[in-house]
Amino acid sequence: MFGKLTWSAIPLDQPIPLAASGLAMLAGLAVLGLITWKGLWPYLWKEWITSVDHKRIGVMYVVLALVMLLRGFVDALMMRTQLAIAAGGAQGYLPPEHYDQIFSAHGTIMIFFVAMTFMVGLMNFAVPLQLGIRDVAFPVLNSVSFWLTAAGVLLVNLSLVVGEFARTGWLAYPPLSEIAYSPGVGVDYYLWSLQISGVGSLLSGINLTTTILKLRAPGMGYMRMPVFCWTALASNLLIIAAFPILTATFAMLLLDRYLGFHFFTNELGGNAMMYINLIWAWGHPEVYILILPAFGVFSEVIATFSQKPVFGYRSMVLATMAICVLSFMVWLHHFFTMGAGADVNGFFGVTTMIIAVPTGVKIFNWLFTLYGGQIRFGVPLYWALGFMVTFVVGGMTGVLLAIPPVDFVTHNSLFLVAHFHNVIIGGVLFGAFAGYTYWFPKAFGFRLHEGLGKAIFWCWFVGFYLAFMPLYALGLVGATRRMQHYPETEWQPLMIVALIGALVIAAGIVLAVVQLVVSIRQRDATRDETGDPWNGRTLEWSVPSPPPAWNFAILPEVEGRDAFWARKQGGRKHPGEPPPIAPIEMPENSMVGVVIAFFAVMLGFALVWHIGWMAASGLGGIVASGLARAWTTATTAEISTAELGEGSHRKGAPA
Amino acid sequence: MIAAVASGTPGEEDAGDIPLSQRGPASTEIVARFGFWLFLLSDIVIFAALFAAYAVLAKETAGGPSGAQLFDRTYTLIETACLLASSFTCGMMSLAVERRQGLAIYLWAGITFALGLAFVLMEFFEFLGMVAQGAGPTHSAFLSAFFTLVGTHGLHVTVGLCWLAVMAAQVATLGLRPMVMRRLLCFGLFWHALDIVWIGVFTIVYLGAG
Repeated sequence: MFGKLTWSAIPLDQPIPLAASGLAMLAGLAVLGLITWKGLWPYLWKEWITSVDHKRIGVMYVVLALVMLLRGFVDALMMRTQLAIAAGGAQGYLPPEHYDQIFSAHGTIMIFFVAMTFMVGLMNFAVPLQLGIRDVAFPVLNSVSFWLTAAGVLLVNLSLVVGEFARTGWLAYPPLSEIAYSPGVGVDYYLWSLQISGVGSLLSGINLTTTILKLRAPGMGYMRMPVFCWTALASNLLIIAAFPILTATFAMLLLDRYLGFHFFTNELGGNAMMYINLIWAWGHPEVYILILPAFGVFSEVIATFSQKPVFGYRSMVLATMAICVLSFMVWLHHFFTMGAGADVNGFFGVTTMIIAVPTGVKIFNWLFTLYGGQIRFGVPLYWALGFMVTFVVGGMTGVLLAIPPVDFVTHNSLFLVAHFHNVIIGGVLFGAFAGYTYWFPKAFGFRLHEGLGKAIFWCWFVGFYLAFMPLYALGLVGATRRMQHYPETEWQPLMIVALIGALVIAAGIVLAVVQLVVSIRQRDATRDETGDPWNGRTLEWSVPSPPPAWNFAILPEVEGRDAFWARKQGGRKHPGEPPPIAPIEMPENSMVGVVIAFFAVMLGFALVWHIGWMAASGLGGIVASGLARAWTTATTAEISTAELGEGSHRKGAPA
Repeated sequence: MIAAVASGTPGEEDAGDIPLSQRGPASTEIVARFGFWLFLLSDIVIFAALFAAYAVLAKETAGGPSGAQLFDRTYTLIETACLLASSFTCGMMSLAVERRQGLAIYLWAGITFALGLAFVLMEFFEFLGMVAQGAGPTHSAFLSAFFTLVGTHGLHVTVGLCWLAVMAAQVATLGLRPMVMRRLLCFGLFWHALDIVWIGVFTIVYLGAG
């Protein structure tokens, strides 16, 4: 009846997982209880859960990412604490099999459900506004994508309470992840949650690519798009080209595990190296899927806060697209030590170093954008400047690792761990926070607290260096990644410094929560009445904050780059009167996204635990929801001119 | 056919000397079709990964039967003929849709469905025969890769058959409204894409088996 699921799946005998899952459940129940007590369900259902508005969906992505950041960061703190005490003969407080689950969950959550989710959220929110249009190409599909991501998140968190998570590292290399060596449900949780959320990512990639290539305001030619739209385009093209590889690879591993196939096994001709090649053919583009939108955020922030157009727009676009293509030609540098031979290693070493060229172009463009600008040191610019310093350090260590002989020494050491945290925290996360602070007033109509914002930045900045510079040093003297304890007591002082760094970052995270609360309470003092709190350059600042559901009552006529800036300068005037406001069609809310996600969770959970009837109902539910949607004919509602006028003037005057 | 539909879209003709990229949002028809093309591309990347896996594992028979011993090319040729013919009839269906000839749509849809079903059934019995002679997917890496690549294609065709049945029901209940026309067009693209993938499968897997 319940497949492999028994009461022993609840970790009653392990105090730490039990406490963690108990706490997570309590927090979840508290939130649900609060919503019920306040009677917020109808509002949430109508305005958020079933919403197909790209801005709402973008905000929900970011909220999901922030919640998962807390979860992933708790894992990080647990690991740092373990390593700060497990020196010499000490074993620390985390047994190896639990420690292995923690680093696997940390990596999986941080990449897929924090970095990826955050970036998709920012793109969803800002791209249609910047393009001067009313929504993405497929609004309902957008909702489906979001809810599938949320379904993946739910499955990962279920593994905390029911069963276990993978102990295989965040990429689940075989043969360790094969059924012979990982007979538990951990790898299955990993695979199904990522398959489900991966479908969401792919659909979102198709959606945003179509939006950028086919739906732009009149006059918004390719070379007039804001840089963020270009980087979003590159990132989403990479999603379309790379995520299917992940889906296929995981499908093969699932066939191995469930049906006894031999793709990656040690027996009967299976080839584990094929998995490692395939997973990195997705995995390397993935890091550019994450970093490119961050580059876009920094381009917007630096131009806005220097009050200058971005320097070298064309070279910026070219560099973005060059990175987009090159990202598919470097995957082998993740496993130089795994027997490809000198020639192949040499080729991939060189292609890897070549990527540093377009990235360097971007760094210089940002510097020259700042040069001679009227710089205002707002919080988003703090993040951008911190990024430029930190990312260059990470890029340099990356070029170092791209040299195969050096990589043979540093492979799988803490040096590597320091490198990729250097670029992902210093690049993606700083970019996420820059974008969060930058677009927050647009989304909610008031600014985030400035002083606390700066404090958050300094905590992350200082905390990052304290936490990861010691790891570079430790890696060079031979400390490996994924170790649960070590005999060398002389490593302990640096491990303690790293823990202190993690605690400083923790302070930054706590302050981020405080900032949100304080900002909401003081919102009347920081209202954005004009819709343009930063003296912005691009079209999202030309509409009220928060924008009406339809963004633009009349689609803007774009006559060049930085369209809103040009309009504010009064340099370019429309010939003749603007067209009169006419009624428009907007998509209606739809519950199909959340319903499909419900059945997807059911399907994933059932497959993890081999519960046949439940899997069949989950799949049947998905198909039935799809069919119900296929027969829904009234999918749009007309917004009258009266509503349009009222909505567009609701707060402040439209530009 | 696609070009004919595209040129009939309003808002794309009277734009004069404004560059194509500056003419504002494209019509729903174009947007939907473009999105579906992107989806097809992503689907083909899945097949690319499976082809790559097959190429790596094709010789890993682990002492079991090889492709040359297992495949019956005449049988597969008939299978191929069914699928290619169904692509033709699917094209005829698309023409009928464009001309809004209700009866012809059902007729060509029915023939397409029958040919597709024949393909899927032939594949199913091929698989069944292989499993019966002890060459199931668990017996070697080669067989795992073969069953997965060919089976994934077969699964796509099966999904396509379900889709075609749903579309017939949609035409019957909703009529040829723009929404249904768009979906019929996307179905055509999907069906033809599966043909292209099959040509790869037939060439690399069956003809390539030496």
